Amino acid sequence: MEDKLREFFNNNFKDAVIKEDKFRGDVSYYIKPESLFAICEALLADSSLDVKFLSDITSLDWLNHEEEKNGRFEVVYNLYSISNRYRFFLKVRLDGENPNVKSLVDLWDGADWMEREVFDMMGIIFEGHPNLTKILTADELDGHPLRKDFTLTWEQPKFTWNLDDPPEVIK
Amino acid sequence: MGLEEKIPDSIILTSLDKMVNWAHKRSMWPLGFGLACCAIEMISTFGPHFDVARYGMEVMRPSPRQADLMIVAGRVSVKMAPVVKTLYEQMPNPKWVISMGACASCGGVFNNYALIQGVDRIIPVDIFIPGCPPRPEQLMNGIMTLFEKVEKESVKDDRPEWGRKLA
Amino acid sequence: MSNTAKTVTLNMGPQHPSTHGVLRVILELDGETVVKAEPVLGYLHTGIEKTMESKLYYKALPCTDRMDYLAPMSNNLGFSLAVEKLMEIDIPEKVQWVRVCLAELTRINSHLVWLGTHALDLGAMSMLLYAFRDRESIVEMYEACGGQRMMTTYIRIGGLAQDIPKDFEKGIRNIIKVINNGLNDYETLLTNNEIFINRTKGVGVLTAEEAISLSLSGPMLRGSGVKHDLRKANPYTGYENFDFEVPVGQNGDAYDRYTIRVEEIRQSLKIMQQAIDGMPEGPYRAHVPGIVLPPKEDVLYKMESMIFHFKLITEGFKTPVGSVYQGIESGKGEIGFFISGDGTNKPHRVRVRTPSFINLAALPKMCEGNMFSDVVCAIGSIDIVLGEVDR
Repeated sequence: MEDKLREFFNNNFKDAVIKEDKFRGDVSYYIKPESLFAICEALLADSSLDVKFLSDITSLDWLNHEEEKNGRFEVVYNLYSISNRYRFFLKVRLDGENPNVKSLVDLWDGADWMEREVFDMMGIIFEGHPNLTKILTADELDGHPLRKDFTLTWEQPKFTWNLDDPPEVIK
Repeated sequence: MGLEEKIPDSIILTSLDKMVNWAHKRSMWPLGFGLACCAIEMISTFGPHFDVARYGMEVMRPSPRQADLMIVAGRVSVKMAPVVKTLYEQMPNPKWVISMGACASCGGVFNNYALIQGVDRIIPVDIFIPGCPPRPEQLMNGIMTLFEKVEKESVKDDRPEWGRKLA
Repeated sequence: MSNTAKTVTLNMGPQHPSTHGVLRVILELDGETVVKAEPVLGYLHTGIEKTMESKLYYKALPCTDRMDYLAPMSNNLGFSLAVEKLMEIDIPEKVQWVRVCLAELTRINSHLVWLGTHALDLGAMSMLLYAFRDRESIVEMYEACGGQRMMTTYIRIGGLAQDIPKDFEKGIRNIIKVINNGLNDYETLLTNNEIFINRTKGVGVLTAEEAISLSLSGPMLRGSGVKHDLRKANPYTGYENFDFEVPVGQNGDAYDRYTIRVEEIRQSLKIMQQAIDGMPEGPYRAHVPGIVLPPKEDVLYKMESMIFHFKLITEGFKTPVGSVYQGIESGKGEIGFFISGDGTNKPHRVRVRTPSFINLAALPKMCEGNMFSDVVCAIGSIDIVLGEVDR
């Protein structure tokens, strides 16, 4: 399966692949963000690879790390082939100023909530997503909690207290 | 209750207190309201093994309008806090609150942006129960302690309500 | 969402007895037909992923218990396996067998609570009492192992927290007997119960294509006829040594998911029986100084062990730069831990692929166009735990 996948990338998307990486048995392909949608579409259409299962979408923030030179954010697509029992990763690097990548909702229904979560927690914009809104954090919360510059303990949003003296701000 | 203004501070009031407290104590209806992990231990407490029905409180009310006791079982997130507050306000007087577990009492291991560090910041709490999650026996001990507290109350006392300074 | 002249918007939750926690669903109804169902999440958002980034690997482990609190050992196992993969630790055989045994015990625990609450939602109150009666024996086993009824943190990085209790074998055999008897009770109560069948057959139907497109896993995926189980597909912690079946449904409705889960309890009992019969002897923790904590007995009497223990608790261990993913099949589906190490002693990022969150995304598809009363059945048949959905 590993060779078949390499062949697939070599034949069709030679320019789009930046780097192939294998760490502890997990194969991942660093690809250019603009060709992500086309690659996923081709993977879905390829019947011998049979990559039909989008397991997960997640993201990383490399702020203040030497990896930041390749782009601050990394979006990881976790793909799985049920018939071949094979898992691999597509990784996309995005810059810190304007992190956006094309949404995969048109290909997988399951991508809807995963992308919303990545948007909510990391602030990555998925172009073409029909309903890119907050999903987990409170409406009062500004910012994206999983970014490295978001402090873990932070001033909480204030409620409309009905008290004579408002309680001290929770630090 | 409206009655207490008419009764002088006398032996009648003490007897009335006794009767009212007995009634409160022996038919306390908790709000069927679980937040997180502690809710499972709460169901265990109400389940067959520990059987809290022995103390007259097997009826879990799904509606706050019919409940006397709110067991805050689990962590209260920033998003959930207004809901918890509303539920408390919807409960008729007299009402009591048990904060079950470390997360509800003080935030527990999660000192972060998402959680209220103690539910007593939004509603008045009568009993805190430690543990993560507390054993059913601990919850029952907490309920017994609450009963002791209820026994000492008087119809003349005001329950700390929203809008007053919390004790 | 706006009301037209025809439809009514109804709010369900977050405090609702049959949403299994603090799920909120905004329903748009046309008479009794659901036009649109929109789940609103985040009422239990705890920031666990962010919290784990600030902790050493050993100290991040207890956070995993508090996600899926009905299956704490599965979460411990997933996280431990991921860190072991990152650090390349080999696990002693006995630990693997104990882990399999406990993972299956956890699956039964998770399914029992699901069975009780799901039946309660559909009006079978006594089912909850039966399920919790039998669950108590499992929780007692947890307590014997880890000292806690729910948040055990028993499965640790590189092994177990302590050696298995003396009466482990007896306890497991007793549980197998108790659950076997219990299963007969449940099946008598539900499997041929006309009300239950009427409430669940043909409700929340998902085809195999829809299930794969929605990235579902666990009984939700198998209920739709896709035979996929990570224990068989990519075996971990020695599942390849065990003989068991993967039940698959045909119709993809709530009743199929019920039969699959009941059958999974049976298969779990079978695995536990094999694990307890063939349990090898050996240490309960891998011997990897500097990464795995030394056994507690050694810490008290040996100088080097004490130094390693002290260093590990205060400083932890440093990981290589790179990311690993380890998925395991928990009771609810594929729970996966994506851990990215950045060369320091704390994880750079821990992402948990929680089955409840991703399975819940199927709710609108299961409800829309169906009757209003089936919403509760659909939510129940997904088997969600809100601690895991919101994290």
